[in-house]
Amino acid sequence: MSNDALPKLPPTYYQEVERKGYSRRDFLGFVTMMAAFMGLEKSAIGQVVKALETKPRVPVIWLHFQECTCCSESFIRSSHPIVADILLDKISLDYSETLMAASGFQAEASMKNTMEKYKGEYILCVEGSVPTAADGVYCMIGGKTSMQILEEAAANAKAVIAWGSCASNGCVQSARPNPTSATPIHKVLKAGVPLIKVPGCPPIGEVMAGVIVHLVTFGKIPELDRLGRPKAFYSKRVHDSCYRRPYYDAGLFVESFDDENAKKGYCLYKVGCKGPSTYNACGVMKWNNGTSYPIQAGHGCIGCSEENYWDNGRLYERASAFAGFGIEANADDLGKVALAATGVAVAAHAIATNVRKHKLIFNLEKEGKQSEKELES
Amino acid sequence: MSDTAVHIQRLRRVYVWEKPVRIYHWLNVLVLLALVVTGFYIANPLALQSQHEATGKFTMGWIRYIHFAAAYIFFFNFLFRIYWGFVGNKYASWRQFLPISRKFFKEMWYVFRMDILMLKGREHMSIGHNAMAGFIYFLTFVVFLVQCLTGFGLYASTSSWWFPKLFAWVPAMLGGDILTRQVHHWAMWFFILFVVIHVYLVFYHDYVEGRGEMSSMGGGWKFIEEETFTRGHHQTPNPEKAKAQDGPVK
Ligand code: HEM
Ligand code: HEM
Ligand code: SF4
Ligand code: SF4
Repeated sequence: MSNDALPKLPPTYYQEVERKGYSRRDFLGFVTMMAAFMGLEKSAIGQVVKALETKPRVPVIWLHFQECTCCSESFIRSSHPIVADILLDKISLDYSETLMAASGFQAEASMKNTMEKYKGEYILCVEGSVPTAADGVYCMIGGKTSMQILEEAAANAKAVIAWGSCASNGCVQSARPNPTSATPIHKVLKAGVPLIKVPGCPPIGEVMAGVIVHLVTFGKIPELDRLGRPKAFYSKRVHDSCYRRPYYDAGLFVESFDDENAKKGYCLYKVGCKGPSTYNACGVMKWNNGTSYPIQAGHGCIGCSEENYWDNGRLYERASAFAGFGIEANADDLGKVALAATGVAVAAHAIATNVRKHKLIFNLEKEGKQSEKELES
Repeated sequence: MSDTAVHIQRLRRVYVWEKPVRIYHWLNVLVLLALVVTGFYIANPLALQSQHEATGKFTMGWIRYIHFAAAYIFFFNFLFRIYWGFVGNKYASWRQFLPISRKFFKEMWYVFRMDILMLKGREHMSIGHNAMAGFIYFLTFVVFLVQCLTGFGLYASTSSWWFPKLFAWVPAMLGGDILTRQVHHWAMWFFILFVVIHVYLVFYHDYVEGRGEMSSMGGGWKFIEEETFTRGHHQTPNPEKAKAQDGPVK
């Protein structure tokens, strides 16, 4: 399959599923799994099946900027083979630097072709952040800056998906001091095109598939929370679906890695688990075909899907470093110093009072003593 | 020293802190104490129980429960105090807290010179809060608000009630729960420092003024010199007595 010769009427997803040799049973299994992940009701499964059977595949342009491609990696490893084979394979991708067969001018032509032919129809997926420093020279493809490419591609897209923490929050390249001014795409995109953020480093493959299936099935973006993430996957904290949660509630914690409590599987809160502040579906969907997730492997959540997660303090500490006071200081250290200083100031003030206001206090005492005397009989 | 010059004051009982203000104050002290203690535990649970078995335990659960229960009381108590600032007596009035007049600034400056720099001069005596104290309480109320916003903001995603959900915009505005929690944690230290200074200053005023400052939050009374009445010297910014003289007095 080559991408440059786009057929007049693209095949439907189901046609592609059949062509690839999957059975009807595989297909239905895939749909059911997706519907469950998306939190759809059982009655909606039929709707998803119908949509995939009848709707021609949606053209997708997948751009890569400042990133490590872990989102793509995660996607193609998602648990159901149909995800990689049908949703992501050449079938659905009209342009993707990583996975397309074409290269050079051919590739550029393919993207241009898609953008013109499917004006307002195609989905734009963006992996990676956009550097804005030095006019964007830190990330250029085919002689254009990522900013220009993004602007062009987004102008006529039906929807934009920001894959992963890079595109959603900036991720590691935007950590202080952020030399290239790596910027998440919602800050450079002009308002107007609907944007879905799918943060995580990387996001879970099934979550990515779920977002795409939702777009395909319903023809509109899924319900988003206030930060622009699909509610179906980002409305609960990792902590809320964590199987170690009973230990947290009981107050039983791992004190250091490899201690007795770690062996017992106690809660990882005190060794820096960020699960209580991280919104993601790891505890439910897990990774690698539902095998495990970091906490199950004995490592705290590092909050990879949260904003600024590289600057949010250390990975193995609860209390965060306090910006500007050296990496060792946290809020409590500073608080204790301030408390000691306050104590000293109060003591100094008490002494000064007795010296400087001696007369006043003396007079009050004198007055009081006099009254006491008058009461003596 | 001769005793002949002893000036015996005649004192008049003034009802300064009405009962609702006093109830507010001590309820606030109680829940704040609970919030700080449980807050510390939530932030860094002690290793006391590491040796215990897991069965039938709910320690963190209870601590958080107390934190949230106290948080609700704290919030509504705070709202009540704001309300009372509009219907209470002149010493409870909202005007006591906002530096919006020249007089207020003048008094703050004077308190600063007399009670902090310890300059000599005519002593400053106020009946309700002095202007400096009023302003500090205003800051305290602002931090109360910060704690309520960040606290209920964090609570929103774990609650199914609409009320905490009203605060869901707070973590969204700050960019997530992590920073929200940090702000919530830092703000706690404000209260700890405030309480040390506040309780010290209550002692201080009791000591240098001899008007019963310490007990005033108990019974509501302060004991004010007859002269203050006859000469109309009210230091507290007094909306009803705008003509009251500006200068410090003894
Ligand atoms: C005003 C006094 C308050 C103080 C001193 C205080 C203190 C604290 C502290 C120190 C923490 C731990 C933060 C960390 O992880 O480092 C905390 C957590 C928390 N506080 Fe407060 N807090 C106060 C008021 C409130 C209020 C009004 C609410 C409203 C519901 C609230 C809700 C919470 C929540 C939801 C958490 C996170 C608990 C968890 O997820 O386990 N707090 N508080
Ligand atoms: C957690 C501890 C405490 C907190 C947060 C606290 C807070 C406050 C606040 C906000 C006010 C302003 C009252 C208003 O007009 O609404 C106040 C006034 C006052 N508090 Fe406290 N307080 C604490 C502990 C104490 C203690 C232990 C005493 C001891 C007697 C005390 C005595 C007073 C007095 C006498 C006033 C009136 C002060 C004035 O002249 O301005 N407080 N306190
Ligand atoms: S391990 Fe982390 S996510 Fe799980 S209960 Fe403990 S703190 Fe929460
Ligand atoms: S457990 Fe936390 S750090 Fe790990 S992948 Fe999930 S959200 Fe990211």
